[in-house]
Amino acid sequence: MKQRLIVVGNGMVGHHFVEQWLKTDAAANYQLTVFGEEHHPAYDRVHLSSYFEQSSADHLKLGEPGFYQNEQIDLHLGEAVTGLDRSRKVIVTEAGEYPYDKLVLATGSYPFVPPIPGGDADHCLVYRTLDDLDAIRASAEGVKTGVVIGGGLLGLEAANALKSLGLSVHVVEFAPRLMPVQLDDEAGAMLKRKVESLGVQVHTGKATDRIEAGENARMRMCFSDNESLETDLIVFSAGIRPQDALGRAAELTLGERGGINVDQHCLTSDPDIYAIGECAVWNGRHFGLVAPGYTMARAAVSHLTGDGQLSFQGADMSTKLKLLGVDVGSIGDAHGHTAGARSYRFTDECKGIYRRLVVSEDGKHLLGAILIGDNSYFDPLLQMALNDMPLPEQPESLILPAGSGDAPTLSSSELPDTATICSCHNVTKGDICEAMNDGATSVGDLKACTKAATGCGGCAAMLKTVLESELEKRGVQVDRSICEHFSYTREELFHLIRVEQIKSFDHLLERYGQGGGCEICKPAVASILASCWNEHIHQPNLVPLQDTNDTFMANMQKNGTYSVVPRIPGGEITPKMLMVIGQVAQRYKLYTKITGGQRIDLFGATLDELPLIWEELIAAGFETGHAYGKSLRTVKSCVGSTWCRYGVQDSVGMAIDIENRYKGLRSPHKIKMAVSGCTRECAEAQSKDIGVIATENGWNLYVCGNGGMKPRHADLFATDLDDETLVRYIDRILMFYIYTADRLQRTSVWLENLDGGLDYLRQVVIDDTLGLAAELEARMQHVVDSYQCEWKTAVENPEKRKRFRSFVNTDEPGRARIVQISERDQLIPARELVEEGA
Amino acid sequence: MMSTNDNWQDLCALNDLVPGSGVAAKLGDEAVALFWPKADQPQVYALAHRDPFSRAEVLAWGLLCEQQGEWSVASPLYKQHFRLRDGVCLEQPELALRTWPVRVKGDRVEVAM
Repeated sequence: MKQRLIVVGNGMVGHHFVEQWLKTDAAANYQLTVFGEEHHPAYDRVHLSSYFEQSSADHLKLGEPGFYQNEQIDLHLGEAVTGLDRSRKVIVTEAGEYPYDKLVLATGSYPFVPPIPGGDADHCLVYRTLDDLDAIRASAEGVKTGVVIGGGLLGLEAANALKSLGLSVHVVEFAPRLMPVQLDDEAGAMLKRKVESLGVQVHTGKATDRIEAGENARMRMCFSDNESLETDLIVFSAGIRPQDALGRAAELTLGERGGINVDQHCLTSDPDIYAIGECAVWNGRHFGLVAPGYTMARAAVSHLTGDGQLSFQGADMSTKLKLLGVDVGSIGDAHGHTAGARSYRFTDECKGIYRRLVVSEDGKHLLGAILIGDNSYFDPLLQMALNDMPLPEQPESLILPAGSGDAPTLSSSELPDTATICSCHNVTKGDICEAMNDGATSVGDLKACTKAATGCGGCAAMLKTVLESELEKRGVQVDRSICEHFSYTREELFHLIRVEQIKSFDHLLERYGQGGGCEICKPAVASILASCWNEHIHQPNLVPLQDTNDTFMANMQKNGTYSVVPRIPGGEITPKMLMVIGQVAQRYKLYTKITGGQRIDLFGATLDELPLIWEELIAAGFETGHAYGKSLRTVKSCVGSTWCRYGVQDSVGMAIDIENRYKGLRSPHKIKMAVSGCTRECAEAQSKDIGVIATENGWNLYVCGNGGMKPRHADLFATDLDDETLVRYIDRILMFYIYTADRLQRTSVWLENLDGGLDYLRQVVIDDTLGLAAELEARMQHVVDSYQCEWKTAVENPEKRKRFRSFVNTDEPGRARIVQISERDQLIPARELVEEGA
Repeated sequence: MMSTNDNWQDLCALNDLVPGSGVAAKLGDEAVALFWPKADQPQVYALAHRDPFSRAEVLAWGLLCEQQGEWSVASPLYKQHFRLRDGVCLEQPELALRTWPVRVKGDRVEVAM
């Protein structure tokens, strides 16, 4: 019989334990049961405040989709564990008793609510779970003011959440400065000024005596200095306490200030019970960050499997975050508590920058640091402190602004192999080098095979630095030439063509290339020329450049025939137009199928039939659907507020407008879009390159999603946009993609490889940090203004039409030479033709 | 490409060809792909139009590629390359397409049988 393993707690650390555990061979010998007190399966609590920016919590879910559908896991959600009987080895819930052989406690922590009279009133809330956030949202409905009690890391996160709900926000902190644990007075003051400039009022050194009914708002907070503040809701964020109730009741050994005592294997005083994460205490220390919790989870897994290789040896509590948009970093002994420690400080009050370096008495070692306003200094300093690397002779150079304004860089070669680059997934420099030995050559590769930079993402810049310096060390000249005919990247070719107004492949080849061109560079250049100048792709000088499907503006199928897809913008079609498609398909005996993009695909046309088919379609009012192009395909939509009981905007109307705007736009790869009329998301917009979801106030814009072989959920780019701003942002994003992507690179991969990622894209598109926005919009407007239906132009032009002859020296139709059979009342390619192969 | 064989057969007009690309022509029951890689050079090539991998008549619609001075056509279906001068498949050299000698006479294109 299998042994029984029970995990109590389905938070981030509990989830990590389950993930790691299932990877082991030992997992097969155990029956795994997981209990979660909340009704949601494990989610990302670190990015909790983003719940208010998005309409659901789906993006916060941890693990691959369907992770908990795994038959190896028996997951009990919404079932709190209320008792633990160690003598009988059972845990107790409302539903009954469950026996265990091994037990893992991952119960986390609970918010500390200071005992203030009146603090238990309605609208006095905490900030910890999704349910808490729902309560905060409900409480904030229709009111103006919110207060956060507690100016620590979580308090400022909570303040950000209240701000995103549109409240006027105050932060009340008992200590004389913000983030008293991580920052010194000067840094706290600098952070306070910056936070206040963002519209959040900060009150430090304030003790709340009592909370009573208010006059102009729901409540009044009365402070010990006799001042008062009226507010509609209060969020307590005054610290967390280990959730050790089970261990306490079962008389496990506890820490002096609570928490379940564990050893280096995360074993408690009972050899069959482990405790991991925030409910545990190791060497009298409590770790309120996720990375140490993950390390504990791995240590417990390692001990359970019997190998015991990994153990918990404490953890670095350095933190790097963006709070209310302000960079804040704290490393090691930030306060200089070490005997003899000395400090260097740099302050720039104009830019709101503060940096403090704490060094050892002999000036040789970095002990700690504090950063406000610019976290680009964080990674090199952290690595120096963690790896005890020697300081330069003038340590102040590490925090002084460099002449060029760049933060100090750290050569990866100085880092030992044991240096941790990604603390979320415990990836060291050695692991990265190993992955590179196995063939990884890009940040994307490294993310895929080591998971580095896929947790909080804070180490992405460091990962890139390591990659680049390791590539250099290996003498790898990363050749990004597009092919042997051009020693340029696609981005560089785009720039040359645009700036020098080059209009033909031969001209480009003559000036910047060599040889005759190939199937790599020709279509790539054809695409760039089309993006820039938007001439008909069957201009005589462009004909030789087009790839298979663009060659005849139809999709070549496996037997050499073509399929035809007319444009059906937004998937909306009149019965009359639908009948035309039916008639054409019947006349030319075309196999007919509905596509995933809400259009109709007609298969089995021969080359000479294509202009005849299009003549009929165009006469009825159809346009080409560009199903053959690396260009906008469809804008899928749900029926929206026109018909649907739940729709909040006219999604079909918006989809049609967008499809008509971007139809014919040629790009590095195909582009798919969708518009959903409400948060139920029936158009599946979050799987598209550009996804638009209606809100009460406008539109939320999602970018760089993908279905297909490597699905990627789109990222929320901006919220509640009006029609005009939405289109302006899409213009800029698409044109910036066209400017900078590699050939055949979808937006999803493009964004993954874009330096600075989503934040950078926002800066370029929303803040216009490159000063490029007007140019990008003008470029897009040119493409929009020069749109033509390529098929209309082709069928009306006898020269272009000549090209669609199956044979140039006979009128014999191509159909005479293809073999088809009937299946389910339609014609399909004869099987022997396609299945024998050659 | 000269041939001692005098059995030249008229195939099509020169302006039926597309500079930088290919067209298909019928030669008896055979389908021939005619390629004219560079408009400023007279060299024209004739290869079997039928792609041996897919068994579909599509090779005339492939992209022309130059590598180290040698021209080939990339199959539009599965992208194997066939050398224009002798029909050899670069990915599978034991496989070669039928080729025909071609000449341009005035405004006509002829192949040798």
